Amino acid sequence: MASVPFSWYLALGLFMFTTGAVGVIVRRNPVVVFMCIELMLNAVNLTFLTFSRYSPTPLVASRLASDQWMGGQMAVIFVMAVAAAEVAVGLGIIMAIYRLRNDVDVDELSELRG
Amino acid sequence: MDKVNDLYNMTPPGIDWMIIMPVLVACVTGLVAFLWMSLQKERDTTPMVLTTLVGMAVSAYTAFAQINFSNASTFANMAMRDSMSSILQFSLAVICFIVVLFSDAYLKQKQIAFREFYPLTVWATAGAMIMVSTQNLLMMFIGLEVLSISLYVMAGMSRYEQKSEESAMKYFLLGAFASAFFLYGIAFIYGATGSTNLDQIAVAYATGNREMLGLLVFGTILMLIGLSFKAAFVPFHQWTPDVYQGAPTNVTAFMAAASKVAAIGALFRVLIAAAPLQSYWMPAMFWIAILTMTIPNLLALVQKDVKRVLGFSSIANAGYVLVAILAAVKSGSNNYATVCIYLVGYSLMTLGSFAVISLTAKQGKEGTSFEDLNGLWKRSPLAAGTLVIFLASLIGIPPTGGFFGKLLIFQDAVGAHLTPLAIVLAVNSVISVYYYLRIALAAMVVDDEGEKTVSAPMTPGLQSACIICATGVIAMLFLISPLQSVLHR
Repeated sequence: MASVPFSWYLALGLFMFTTGAVGVIVRRNPVVVFMCIELMLNAVNLTFLTFSRYSPTPLVASRLASDQWMGGQMAVIFVMAVAAAEVAVGLGIIMAIYRLRNDVDVDELSELRG
Repeated sequence: MDKVNDLYNMTPPGIDWMIIMPVLVACVTGLVAFLWMSLQKERDTTPMVLTTLVGMAVSAYTAFAQINFSNASTFANMAMRDSMSSILQFSLAVICFIVVLFSDAYLKQKQIAFREFYPLTVWATAGAMIMVSTQNLLMMFIGLEVLSISLYVMAGMSRYEQKSEESAMKYFLLGAFASAFFLYGIAFIYGATGSTNLDQIAVAYATGNREMLGLLVFGTILMLIGLSFKAAFVPFHQWTPDVYQGAPTNVTAFMAAASKVAAIGALFRVLIAAAPLQSYWMPAMFWIAILTMTIPNLLALVQKDVKRVLGFSSIANAGYVLVAILAAVKSGSNNYATVCIYLVGYSLMTLGSFAVISLTAKQGKEGTSFEDLNGLWKRSPLAAGTLVIFLASLIGIPPTGGFFGKLLIFQDAVGAHLTPLAIVLAVNSVISVYYYLRIALAAMVVDDEGEKTVSAPMTPGLQSACIICATGVIAMLFLISPLQSVLHR
């Protein structure tokens, strides 16, 4: 495990997050935009797991090490559950739009302009 | 080995159920309403409306009863109570109560057959309550998502109307995008402190582990970006007018009030916890506050849609509250009072305005341009009269709640040596007079074709919603000093 330095995982996470964020901004298809958001959430998960595994900061005394750094792994479970809920609602909304107009391109959604 | 033994001998901590009672009552109310909807064959919504109204009243009471209680936390610091959390929970429950009051008539007029609205609003309220009453970032995230996911569904509930679906999609994509930023920030805070608890930020900063400072600052900035999206600060505000215009009016009212209160409450807690790092974020937030007050006020001048104007107005109001937050953090007083008072007043006046605007829906149609309000005074003097009170309060004319809220923010900003922000606030209040008065005038104009403009009849629910909001806006005058004494303790 220790052969791969800690910072590499963080760099990979940052790369995934940036790719996702750029994708959200430049892509038009909501399904692809949504996949990019999922990529960002997975970058978050990777970051949480990295910190949890490598425990970079000295632990507060009087607490068990495993006790404290379990938090990151729990966070990943929460993030996955929430991401699943978002998928359910998001795909539902995309389906509803598709039924109304047989087209889901976000640039075509321009009824609301100021 | 001793530590492991200690772990086995540990007695489970006691749970203070009172702290999470408002949230618990809201969740159970949502479940009851949902079950009722599933079991009931006919399309009558009265039992569900009554269930949610009673449930939210109980929830509001349990929050209100705790205002004077001492600060405490339970569930391993996942839920906490202080005077700010109690007051904001109380106002969130009241917001939900008022929205449900006028929703029934609106949904019937607009012919939206979506009874799931009632449980969803209640659950969204529960999520918002969780957000304002925790120091744990993971809990804050869960609350944020419970609120947001319910709102995505509610924004798109008018399924045969393209603009409603469009607003749901925009809200969903940008909301999820913002959540990812917020979460990435939490991950870095966790890396720097080993905990997802907000009070650990100050501890980690004080222990002075210099390598970790970078993670801490990066995490805080990402979290602030995520929350700025949710609270719709400029330059993260572009979604707001579209979503507010497209969503059904009752949902817009809920969004403008509840989701603003929750996002700003959470942001306040994050900024207080990140106060030691303020040399990094204060300059950025200072400019964000100036932009958030100015840009929407200028854009609102040229709008044609009342809901859109109120959307811009809500962005500007978020900017005013941000000034109060920055003043509280900068002066080190962590003064909850101004922020809470302004949020309560803002929620009441915004809810009231949207309640009146929901009157323009009739027989499945809804027009929300300025002309659609014409003749409101003739058809429903109560609605038009209360609308004028709400707009006067939004402008900041004494003796309404909005005036005292702005006055307090102005005082705080000057006291904290943020005089430029106070001046920008005053200038913007003057600019905003123009578009608020346009709405008021549109409601007062009696045109000859008054018969053509659609307007639904007033129902008891709508009447009481308008009266509650108007009374609240005016009664703020008498509530300010008790609230301050509670919050300063």
